Amino acid sequence: MVALMNGKNGSVPLNGKMNGMHNKTNGFSKNGSVHKSHTTIDEGWKKDYWESFEETPLLAAIFTYICYGLVVLIGHIRDFMNNMGLLKVNTSLEPRIPGFVPLFSTWESFYTRHVFRRVSDVLCKPVGGVPAARMDLVYRETHDYGWTYELNKDRIDTVLNMGSYNYLGFSENKGPCKDNAARVTKDYGISTFGSRQELGILDIHKQLDDLVAEFLGVEAAITVPMGFATNSMNMPCLVSKGCLILSDELNHASLVLGSRLTGATIKTFKHNNMQSLEKRLRDAVIHGKPRTHRPWKKILIVVEGVYSMEGSIVKLPEIIRLKKLYKAYLYLDEAHSIGAMGPRGRGVVDYFGLDPKEIDIMMGTFTKSFGSAGGYIGGSKRLINHLRVNSHVSVYAPTMPPPIAQQVITSMTIIMGKDGTNEGKKRIQQLKWNCRYFRRNLHERGYIIYGNKDSPVVPLLLFMPTKLAAFSRECVRRGLGVVVVGFPATPITKTRARFCLSAAHTKADIDEALKIIEEVGDLIRLRYSKMPVPSFSEKDIELVE
Amino acid sequence: MMAIIPATWDMYDMLQAVIQAPTYHLIFEALLIILIVKLVFSKAYAPDKTILTEKEKDELIEEWKPEPLVPDTPDDHPLLRSMENNIITGRPDKIMTINGKSVINMASMNFLGMLGDESIEVAAQKALSKYGVGSCGPRGFYGTMDVHLELEDRLAKFMQAEEAILYSYGFATIASAIPAYSKRGDVIFVDEGVCFAIQKGLVASRSVIKYFKHNDMADLERLCLEQQKEDKKLPKKAKVTRRFLVVEGLYAKHGDICPLPKLVELKWKYKLRIFIEESFSFGVLGDNGRGVTEHFNIKLDEVDLVAACLENAVGGAGGFCCGKKYIVDHQRLSGLGYCFSASLPPMLASGAIQSLNIIENDQSLFSRLHQKSEKIHKELSKIEGMRVMGDKVAPIKHLSLAEPSDDRSLDNRTIEKITQEASQAFGALAILILLWECLNFAMERGLALTPARYLEHEEHQLPPPSIRIAVNVKLTEDEIAKCMDIIADSCHAVLGKS
Repeated sequence: MVALMNGKNGSVPLNGKMNGMHNKTNGFSKNGSVHKSHTTIDEGWKKDYWESFEETPLLAAIFTYICYGLVVLIGHIRDFMNNMGLLKVNTSLEPRIPGFVPLFSTWESFYTRHVFRRVSDVLCKPVGGVPAARMDLVYRETHDYGWTYELNKDRIDTVLNMGSYNYLGFSENKGPCKDNAARVTKDYGISTFGSRQELGILDIHKQLDDLVAEFLGVEAAITVPMGFATNSMNMPCLVSKGCLILSDELNHASLVLGSRLTGATIKTFKHNNMQSLEKRLRDAVIHGKPRTHRPWKKILIVVEGVYSMEGSIVKLPEIIRLKKLYKAYLYLDEAHSIGAMGPRGRGVVDYFGLDPKEIDIMMGTFTKSFGSAGGYIGGSKRLINHLRVNSHVSVYAPTMPPPIAQQVITSMTIIMGKDGTNEGKKRIQQLKWNCRYFRRNLHERGYIIYGNKDSPVVPLLLFMPTKLAAFSRECVRRGLGVVVVGFPATPITKTRARFCLSAAHTKADIDEALKIIEEVGDLIRLRYSKMPVPSFSEKDIELVE
Repeated sequence: MMAIIPATWDMYDMLQAVIQAPTYHLIFEALLIILIVKLVFSKAYAPDKTILTEKEKDELIEEWKPEPLVPDTPDDHPLLRSMENNIITGRPDKIMTINGKSVINMASMNFLGMLGDESIEVAAQKALSKYGVGSCGPRGFYGTMDVHLELEDRLAKFMQAEEAILYSYGFATIASAIPAYSKRGDVIFVDEGVCFAIQKGLVASRSVIKYFKHNDMADLERLCLEQQKEDKKLPKKAKVTRRFLVVEGLYAKHGDICPLPKLVELKWKYKLRIFIEESFSFGVLGDNGRGVTEHFNIKLDEVDLVAACLENAVGGAGGFCCGKKYIVDHQRLSGLGYCFSASLPPMLASGAIQSLNIIENDQSLFSRLHQKSEKIHKELSKIEGMRVMGDKVAPIKHLSLAEPSDDRSLDNRTIEKITQEASQAFGALAILILLWECLNFAMERGLALTPARYLEHEEHQLPPPSIRIAVNVKLTEDEIAKCMDIIADSCHAVLGKS
């Protein structure tokens, strides 16, 4: 705890020590039994791998708990007054129907009524236009303290957009993407009405499947109209009862749900912690299933490329080494990394310069970098054939609406440079530059920033729920749209704001954002960081003109 | 000292007792003591806790051979071939081009002919030039466009509900809605014939699932009574156990309608919360297309939640749930597919709004659809050797063999006919192959049909293999007559060969 107060903290560049930057108290603790592996590995990637997770300052943590305590206390007082008939009962509350068991659990309902409702104005802000570098927020007002909102379509606030997942800036309402989507809408309509196995495959889907496979550098790919469903509906075809899923503790809800639907045993390992993963793997192979000690049928490691709440990048080379050593399979969810990472925009695999064939299941979505919707799974021909025949998606759910598919085709073609321009390369480099520049500047201003230096997701720690609301409101008022996330989506003391960078942002945009953040940051006192300013910079990234 | 003396006296008595005791007794006592000592010092029963050496561990790792990730699916698997060979060019409208051949489409569930409608495209194009294609975020994080709110509003108004919530994918709608309310320990009564999306929602909820026989109200009541008995035994548990009833308005797998009045009666009698999945009845049943509640003239208030997808009648994408505000709003924080997925592309939401405009303005749309469905039902029933499943007003018809299980000669003949790898892939599903032959026959004559596909090993209850025929309201009398002839011919040609 003394160390905590002094701000002594392990945020140092990695050089050989695998878990160097994680401190013991911040949830990424070092695991006791580190097993020396026998194979020699190329450790070159570690030189350029820099991530930081500065721990919560003690004082901030204490105040955060006091904050939540106060909100809960007031909530109870309000409930008490409500029961005594002193407050006007809101109609949105669950009525008591005699004989029926209440639909919602007490705590869940309490949290919604007294905690979430207070900050409900910073979430679900309605957008009235394209979510590009700047977006139009439709003003809404509430007359009943956050229970209901009323849109006022006449008042539009244009803000700088650092909330949307628009990494490569393909969310556009003009240009080649829009033109092609418009053409396809005219030719194909907006619906397909059939699943793959029930006459739902259009020529455009086949074209998309092939292009995605080419882009990823794998043998084949299958596309799904919803990113969430890509995980939740395909994972059950891969593993089943008697198999083991090793899942990163911070995996996305769709992966968690997908894993649960498989019926396999699920174990989690610490976030991006290779010792923890290796220990789990080793135990699993040596001891087999609990109680019976029969060997597992197969082991599936499930990780994400870039973690959308932490901004961390998966240590893929190390995972591939472990996966080979222990003969496990690897499921890589590139929802936030495909397009956004790597010199050619082909995700974390490209970022680390690895062979995509080393990964058994390459999954990703089209929502983020491609400005569309849906997801894909890429891999060996054998895998994709199996999915085409047995996946829940290919039997029960309709195929992708044609304009949505076309948007992916157009944007992917541009990224690959197949359109004959260097537009794709330009966007990739711009995004890289933006990430470094923005991150460096935030670090310099003394905020606690999580994640990898190259990650386009930049979380800034706010700690207190009151600051969460204030930060969002003040930023939007000054013209910067940000996402703020608190409990239960994050641990209770790790409330944060999250910026998503885009290739559509210019240097001027980022400077403007930094100015606003600095202003608001000083207003609500966010300079918590006690670690030295890291040494990385954007200078070695060449922009394409 | 005074306290110790009686104790010493006791000791003396004991010593005397030992000396005077018979030998066999002493031996017996000694044995008992030895036994106790042994029990105390013996290890507790535990499975062998051998500690392996590092070398042994490495050997174990070396030895372990996992199963392959997926079983091998040959490139010429009949399903793969069928998918490769049936690729649609252009829009899958009433008349579509498949493999360069123009055919009438009775496979797509384009019940209201919305795909062919130009005003929907215009609306979508307009939204496209305003919003672009994707929404680039989940609803909570700048993924809420004003068109989403408008569509939710319009859907709620159309269904005469307090509130509606929009999902970006039809399958995810009910599959997310069920686990949002029903948790571990809760009880869900479900019809056996529910669709796969509901089944997945049930698994995700981890609740106690009680299936009743398809549309059998007596069986449901039996289960309710059983539950009531159980509740009486454990009143404390019963107080916190929520009870749900999940049914479909129009069953996708059977084509029949749920007996809603009876279900509502049972709901009040046994205090169940009733969820209806209306993917196939929304925009289909009722005079205004409001679904099964309108069909039976039951107020939506009697039902707790209605979920439907916008992928069938409406001709867009996504799905929605509607009901009372306090019920629906809960999903905004607990519906996994809502919170953690990017929102519906705005242009599709705009298209859906325009569809609703059409539905609301065209008074006779639904009576025409019902009339055509009835006509087709009548025509299909005439085909010899085939059976039409489902309600006559339903726009999906399942056409299956009249008595597939009894006709052994038919099965044997079919199995002989199909190639070896196909029989390996399907085994007992020879009937499906037979139906496929019908489909190919029909396709050659200009009618596209599809088998109703299921994952045979994952479905809770598998309906008999069938050809699924979808009625499009825009089909003309002539086209219907032509299609019916083709279907009859194909069935006769394939069945008649025996």
